Amino acid sequence: MGGEVLRPNRFLRDAWPLLVLVAFLGTVGVVSLYSAAGGEETWSRLPIYLKQGLFLGLGLLIGALVALIDYRRWLDYAWIIYGVCVLLLVAVLVIGKATSGSQRWLNLGPITLQPSELAKWALLLAIARHFQSNETAQGYYTLRDVIKPLAAVGLVALLVVLEPDLGTTILTMLISLSIMIAAGLRIRSLLKVLGVGLLCLPVAWRVLADYQKKRIMTFLDPQQDPLGAGYHVTQSKIAVGSGGLFGKGYLQGTQSQLHFLPEHHTDFAFSVWAEEWGFVGCILLLGAFLLLLFYGLTVASRATDPIARLIALGVVAFFFWPVSINVAMTLGLVPVVGVALPFISYGGSSLVTSMMALGLLLNVHTRRFLF
Amino acid sequence: MKSLRWEEEQQEKGPPSRKHIQWAAILITAVFLVLFFRLWQLQVLESETFERLSEKNRIRLRRIPFPRGIVMDKRGHVVADNRASFNLMVVPAEVENPPSTMRRLAMGVQLDSQSSASLVSQARKKAPFRSMVLKEGLKWEEVAWVETNRLDLPGVWVEVEPRRYYPEGPKAAHVLGYVGEIPEELLRAWKGKGYRVGDRVGRSGIERALESYLRGRDGGLQVEVDAKGRQLSVLQEVSFQPGADVVLTLDMRLQEVAEEALGDRTGAVVAGDPKTGAIFAMVSHPSFDPNLFSEGISHETWRSLAESKDHPLTNRALMAQYPPGSTYKIVTAVAALEEGIITKDTPIYCPGHYTVGNRDYRCMKKEGHGWIKFREAIIQSCDVYFYHLGHLLGVDRLARYARGFGLGSPTGFDPDQEKPGLIPTSAWKRKRFGAPWHAGETVVAAIGQGYDLVTPIQQFVMISAVANGGEVIIPQIVERVTGPDGRVLYSFEPRSQGRVPASPPTLRLLRESLRGVVQDPRGTGQRARIQGVDVAGKTGTAQVIRISERIRERKVAVPYKFRDHAWFVCFAPVEEPRIAVAVIVEHGGLGGMEAAPIAQKVIQAFLQMQRS
Repeated sequence: MGGEVLRPNRFLRDAWPLLVLVAFLGTVGVVSLYSAAGGEETWSRLPIYLKQGLFLGLGLLIGALVALIDYRRWLDYAWIIYGVCVLLLVAVLVIGKATSGSQRWLNLGPITLQPSELAKWALLLAIARHFQSNETAQGYYTLRDVIKPLAAVGLVALLVVLEPDLGTTILTMLISLSIMIAAGLRIRSLLKVLGVGLLCLPVAWRVLADYQKKRIMTFLDPQQDPLGAGYHVTQSKIAVGSGGLFGKGYLQGTQSQLHFLPEHHTDFAFSVWAEEWGFVGCILLLGAFLLLLFYGLTVASRATDPIARLIALGVVAFFFWPVSINVAMTLGLVPVVGVALPFISYGGSSLVTSMMALGLLLNVHTRRFLF
Repeated sequence: MKSLRWEEEQQEKGPPSRKHIQWAAILITAVFLVLFFRLWQLQVLESETFERLSEKNRIRLRRIPFPRGIVMDKRGHVVADNRASFNLMVVPAEVENPPSTMRRLAMGVQLDSQSSASLVSQARKKAPFRSMVLKEGLKWEEVAWVETNRLDLPGVWVEVEPRRYYPEGPKAAHVLGYVGEIPEELLRAWKGKGYRVGDRVGRSGIERALESYLRGRDGGLQVEVDAKGRQLSVLQEVSFQPGADVVLTLDMRLQEVAEEALGDRTGAVVAGDPKTGAIFAMVSHPSFDPNLFSEGISHETWRSLAESKDHPLTNRALMAQYPPGSTYKIVTAVAALEEGIITKDTPIYCPGHYTVGNRDYRCMKKEGHGWIKFREAIIQSCDVYFYHLGHLLGVDRLARYARGFGLGSPTGFDPDQEKPGLIPTSAWKRKRFGAPWHAGETVVAAIGQGYDLVTPIQQFVMISAVANGGEVIIPQIVERVTGPDGRVLYSFEPRSQGRVPASPPTLRLLRESLRGVVQDPRGTGQRARIQGVDVAGKTGTAQVIRISERIRERKVAVPYKFRDHAWFVCFAPVEEPRIAVAVIVEHGGLGGMEAAPIAQKVIQAFLQMQRS
């Protein structure tokens, strides 16, 4: 199994649609970052947009690596990778680097790693691995069948919420549950999971240390935010709305250039793009994401191996949730939680992990006949 | 065709099924439709509203500058404070017509309308909405004029900024230091600490050494302004965080006494606790007014200060290096006793001169002291006695003891500003001049002439070590640092550089002899005498150049720059020392005549203050 030789020309033929999409999204990201934070340098003295460009290159390499090694081999190691991620998450809480009240990064010499990003990817594999080794006779799963992956998700979610990173916690749970549903977990069972989760909350709350509670409270209660979360959304809506049909032009976005937009190179990167490129630019950008998602669905529908289908759908969920939540947040449709827009928001770990997810997609697609 | 059917069969076999994929497609499409519709709503239907909001009804961020931490002396008397200063600010984009607005401004505010107009026009292209400073330190009537004419001055407003103010002016200026705009090299060195161009930072003294404590954090104000830049409402306010307050060990009253005692003479005074190293007074004259710097010093004033021959910006207590003169006999005496070269009863004959090779070295008493022993040699400061000891010790042994007293290296008071001084050794001379050490140079070194250089604060440490029984303290001046929340961030603790290589009996004998310098009728330091208190000290007269006998005898006035420096180091009361003082008067002449009375006034005032 998995011993067949991968033919290079087929690999490249399968890769090009993804490469075009990545090229477009990556360019939008770097270009937009230049506008949002052109002059701002990171601690390593590299301008932010250049650093993002470097990570794009690094991501391409790692993504290709992920695609080249048979996905069944990846599945074999899924739980080991998951274990490493959990260790990293624990390390973050113990020795991590704190930024503006939360501790999300690990210092690794010249780069800082955000393990919670990697953990999302590892969970995708681990859950798929679980369903691979626990086939069902009746065609669906009940709660009893998914206790192990649920525990795996719960552990990651707990570690991430302690940082605290509410956005990533929510994302991790949404993506994981989506995969389980795709794998055949019944909605009825899912509701039970949610019920149990709600019951567990008070217990979990008691386990937390005071400073952790305080951090989470600050996150949940926008009034405790000195500038007011409502202000962020208003400024973001002004930015998006004032972009109009064609935008104010590159580098002309007053909202972002004048720093009215908070977090303009991370959570509100979409607003920067919307202000400068207008409705047309937004349609193009969201269109690209839509193409990516539907490409993922196509890969899923063409796959013959059920686990390959599951992985492909997992990748779709991996991008669908952050894109829709982030954009909805900048448009004032959902409350502000810190969720980054894949490829566009600044962040090396997020970018590289996104490429790793695309690598999985290409992986299962290019091996659709090898099964 | 066959394979496609097979695929479909596979799809039906196990989840995820075709149905799952279809549901996913429907969900994705629905969410994206919502997003598209929302974008359409914001960017097409309501875009005019948002454009107006972004163009006309702007929200401005205004800085609320933090006040620097306050500095007090040990009695709580404020020596560095903040005063409101008014800056003329402008938002370039809101100035409709820069030349005419600036001309109008120039009617009530003193400024060059033409250069200001071009400045604003330039800024309009680069950072149109960033507030910029047009003029700092507006006068009251200028502020009033701008406020009353505000309607005709779109985009112009007045910012209130706390500015450093030193109520005592030039008093203790060298200790406190001053603040000024951050220089580029510091901006680079402190990258990541949140400093920005134009920030004011401590540039010397306490202001610089405690910069990280004294600095607070700026606050911010979100105000809604109309199209003309007039403030409509305050939306959000983030309050500033003031810097931490500093209490010094310095006593301003004693500082004043010391400054008055030194008067117009150039020199330095260091007074402090010989046991803990806490500094009570530190004078360096001439001084400067640090307020000049907070107001934004003009280029000419800066140059006249920096290039003045008197070097008023130099803290002489830390940075000026002088030959120690006869005060150095303390070191020579300890070395000779410890090395067993003499005892207190070894007599040495002083004929008034000492010959090494073919050169004669004079004693301060021309006709000579005759047979003389340790105590008398110290009291009368017999040069020949110490020439002899120096000759027997050799320069390298002498240097070891000098270093043991903390001479020849910074004391640790303020590593950024202190000078090390110089204690020569034979190795040093070979390296520096490529020449061997001469016996004659040792003889001269034994009485603190020649290559030897020390700073007043080192002298304070040296005499403190004698007073406290051998502890070479690190002088310190910060008693306490208190954060804005009242938490104590730092508090004084005595620190030591090590111990003098001398036994308690040696130091006791030395203290007793130094008491004689002041209390004995033949002592050179009698002018430091205080009624009812025993003072111990040592005079020093540091030669600037060798003055030939003839000039002295003819009593021709020696030109100022060639006159000797006057030293006096002392402590009191001898039995239980509470204060040690080091005084130097540049080109003052005899230490006993010029420097000792200054120390006397300081000690007397100190003891009086303690009693009351």
